[in-house]
Amino acid sequence: MVTFWFIAITVLWMGFFILEGFDFGVGMLHDFVGADEPGRRAAINTIGPLWDGNEVWLIVAGAATFAAFPGWYATWFSGFYLALVLLLAALIVRGVAFEYRGKRDAARWRRTWDAALTVGSLLAPLLLGVALGDLLHGLPINASHEYTGSFWTLLQPYGVFTGITFVAICLLHGATFLSLKTTGDMRQRARRLAQRIAPVTGLLVLAFVSWTHAIAGKGALLNPVEFGAVLAAFAAVWLVYTRSEGWAFAATTVTIAACVLAIFVDLYPRLMVSSTSPAFSLTVHNTASGRYALTVMTVVVVIFLPFVLAYQAWSYYIFRRRVSRHEFLPRSGQDARAAVPTQQGRPVSQPRSTRSRSG
Amino acid sequence: MLNVDLARWQFAFTTINHFLFVPVTIGLAFLTALLQTAWHRSGRDEYLRLTRFFGTLLVINVAIGVVTGLVQEFEFGMNWSAYSRLVGNIFGAPLAIEGLGAFFLESTFLGLWLFGWDKLPRRIHLLTIWAVAAGSVLSAAFIMAANSWMQHPVGYVMVHGQPQLTDIWALLTNPVFVWGYAKVLLASLVTGAAVMLAVSAWQLRHGGDAGVFTRSTRLALVVLVPAILFAMLVGDELGVIEAQYQPMKIAAAEAQWTTCQPCSFSLFQIGGGNRDQNPTQILAIPHLLSLLATNHWNGKVVGLNPLQAQYSKAFGRGYYVPNVFIQYWSMRVMAYIGVLVLLIGLWGLWLIRRKKLATSRRFLWVAIWGSALPFLMNTAGWLLTESGRQPWIIQGIMLTKNAVSPSVSTTDVAISLGAFVLLYAVLGVVDFLLMLKYSREQLPPSRSQTEADAPVPAVQY
Repeated sequence: MVTFWFIAITVLWMGFFILEGFDFGVGMLHDFVGADEPGRRAAINTIGPLWDGNEVWLIVAGAATFAAFPGWYATWFSGFYLALVLLLAALIVRGVAFEYRGKRDAARWRRTWDAALTVGSLLAPLLLGVALGDLLHGLPINASHEYTGSFWTLLQPYGVFTGITFVAICLLHGATFLSLKTTGDMRQRARRLAQRIAPVTGLLVLAFVSWTHAIAGKGALLNPVEFGAVLAAFAAVWLVYTRSEGWAFAATTVTIAACVLAIFVDLYPRLMVSSTSPAFSLTVHNTASGRYALTVMTVVVVIFLPFVLAYQAWSYYIFRRRVSRHEFLPRSGQDARAAVPTQQGRPVSQPRSTRSRSG
Repeated sequence: MLNVDLARWQFAFTTINHFLFVPVTIGLAFLTALLQTAWHRSGRDEYLRLTRFFGTLLVINVAIGVVTGLVQEFEFGMNWSAYSRLVGNIFGAPLAIEGLGAFFLESTFLGLWLFGWDKLPRRIHLLTIWAVAAGSVLSAAFIMAANSWMQHPVGYVMVHGQPQLTDIWALLTNPVFVWGYAKVLLASLVTGAAVMLAVSAWQLRHGGDAGVFTRSTRLALVVLVPAILFAMLVGDELGVIEAQYQPMKIAAAEAQWTTCQPCSFSLFQIGGGNRDQNPTQILAIPHLLSLLATNHWNGKVVGLNPLQAQYSKAFGRGYYVPNVFIQYWSMRVMAYIGVLVLLIGLWGLWLIRRKKLATSRRFLWVAIWGSALPFLMNTAGWLLTESGRQPWIIQGIMLTKNAVSPSVSTTDVAISLGAFVLLYAVLGVVDFLLMLKYSREQLPPSRSQTEADAPVPAVQY
C-alpha cells in the first residue's frame, strides 16, 4: 500500500511537470514568440483554458504527500520554508498575471504583468527542480526527522543543477508546444527557438542523468528510466530539426516525465535522504499514514482519477486547434461579428467595449 | 514575539484574506449559473448580458481565490510541521480528496466555460458553469470537514500518542461539520448576492440599463434574504453544538466567567476582556444566552473560571481560556451585521412589492455600501470559531504552541509574513480596483435578431 502511494505521488509529479511544464515554457517564451501585443496574447491563449487545471496537479501532489506520508510532507515543507515562500510568490504573480494583464488597456500595465509572468514561470520550475533534486542528494536531517540546515544549505550544486535542467526542459517543452499550437510567423519563431534550445537541453539532460545516477550509486549501468530520459532528450533534439512538431512535442513530454521519474526511481524506498546519517533518512515506511487512511485514499483515487483524466483530456480535445495571432488584431474576426462599436486610435488593443466582455 | 505567535499571525492573515475571495467565488458562481440557466430557458438577451457581466467579476475573484488557496495548503507543512506530522493521516485525507474531487473540477471547467462559449453546444456549455459551481461547493465541503475535525475530533483512535483515522464517515457526519458547512455555504450565498446587489445598485444609480439591472437586483435580493435568514438559524444551532464540545468558546463569547442559569445576553459591555471579570453590561436580555447556547429557556452555561479549573485537572497546568475580548466582540459584530443585512434585504423586497426598487436612491445607496457588511460578518465569524478554539490547535489533543515547525526560525517567519503582507496588499488593491472598474463598465451590447442564434464569442485573455 505504501508503495502504491509512492507510485501515485510520482505519477502526480510527472503529470504536473508534463502539463504545467509547457505552461512554464510558454510563460517564459511568450514575449519572444509573440513579439507584439496580438502575438503575446495569442501565445498566452494557447494555454489560456488549460493552465489552471494543470496547476491543480501540484496542489494534489502536495495534498497527497500530506495525506499519505505526513512525515515527509512535514520535513520537506518546513525544511524548504523560505524557498517555498519564494515559490508561492512566483506562482501567485504568475497566476494573476494571466487573468489581469488584459483587464486594463494600458501598455505599462500589460508589460508589468508580462514581466511577472516571465519571471514567475522561470522561478517556479527552478525552485521545484531544486526541491526534487535535494530529496535525492540529501540534506542535513536529524534523528527526529527535522531539517537542521539553513536556506543556503538547500542550494547545493546537484539541486541547483536539477533546477536549471528543469528550466531548460520546460523551455524546450514550451517551445515545441507553441510551434504545435500557433500559426504563421509565431510557429516559425517557436520552432527556431526550439532548435536553439534543444542541443543545450540535450546536454543538460545527459549531465543531469549521469549525475543523478552517480548520486544514487546503484550499479554502473544506467537504469531503463535514466536511459529513456537521455534517449528522449536526444530524440527531441533530432525531431525539432526535422519537420514533425507533434513528434517533437511527444519527445519533450517523455523527456520531462522520465527526468522526474528518474529522481523518484533512484530515491525509492527513501523519500528524503539525510546527509547527516543514512539512518535518519525518511523512507516510505517511517513516514507513512496508517493503513485505514491509505485505504480510504486509494478508494477515492480509483473513483475520481479516471473522471479527472477523462474531462481534462476532453478539455484538451475541445481546445485542440491552433491559435492565430490574427484573432487578436484589433477589430478582427469574432469581434467584428459581435457588431461592437469600436473606438478609433487604439491601434494595438481591443476596443474598449469588447474588453468589458472578455476576462 | 515567538515563532508560534508570528506563525499564528501569518496564518490568520492569509486565511482571512483567502476567505474574502472564497465566498464571493462560491456565491457568484452559483448566481452566474442561475443567470445563464435563465438565458438558456427563456432565450432572453438580457440574461446573457448579465451572465457575461457577472462572469467577468467572478473570474477576477477566482484568480486570487485559487492562488491564495495554494498558500493555505503549503502553510500546514511550512509553519505547522509538528501538527502535520501528527495528524496528516486524518487531516491530509480531506485535503487530498478536495484537490482530486473538487479543484480539478472547478479549474478545468472554468477554462471550458470561459473559452468554450463558441466551441461547445449551448446545453453542454451551461453544464460547465454548473460544474464550476459544484466544484467550488465541494471544495468547501472537504476543507470544512478537516477544520471541523480540529474543533471536535471524531473517527480516530490514539496509537502511541498519535491519532489514527478509523472512520472517514465520522468526519463527514461530524455535527460541527454538517452545521458549519451549511453555514459557510449560506454565508457565501449572502456574500455573492450582496456583491451582485451592490453592483446592480450602482448601475441603477448611474444610468446603467435599468431594465436589465432591475432583474439582477431582484435575483440578488431573492437569494439574499432567505440565505441570511437561514444562515442565522444555522448559526444558532451551530452555537448549541459548539457549546457542547467547546464550552470555553461559548462562555468566552459572552465573557461569562461564572456559571449561570438562566443566562442573559448583553448587547454591549464596557470594560471586560481578558483580565477584567466584572465588566459593566449594558442592556442584558434575560434568558437569551441560555437559548442561544442550549436551546432551553433556563439552560445552564458553565463559566470560564470553573471550566479553567476543570481543564487544568484534565490536561495539566496551563491557561485554557481563549481571548475573551476577541470572542465577545466578534460574536456581536457577526450577529449585529447579520441582522443589518437581513433588514436591508427585507427593505429591498418591500420595494420590489411597491415597484420602487430601481428608483429608490436611498436604498440603492445603502445597498452599495452594504456590500462591505458580509465580508466583516464572515471575518468576525471565523475569528469567533478559530480564536475560540485556542489554546488548542486540535481541541483536547494538541496545543497550538506545540504544533509549530521546530526547524523554522522566528526570522524565517518574520520574513515570510512581511512578504505575504506586501504581496497580498498589492493583490488586494489590484483586485479591488479591477472589481470597481468592471462593476462600472457598461453591459455588453445586446445582440440583434440575426445574431441570436450565432455562437456567443469566447472569452479570451
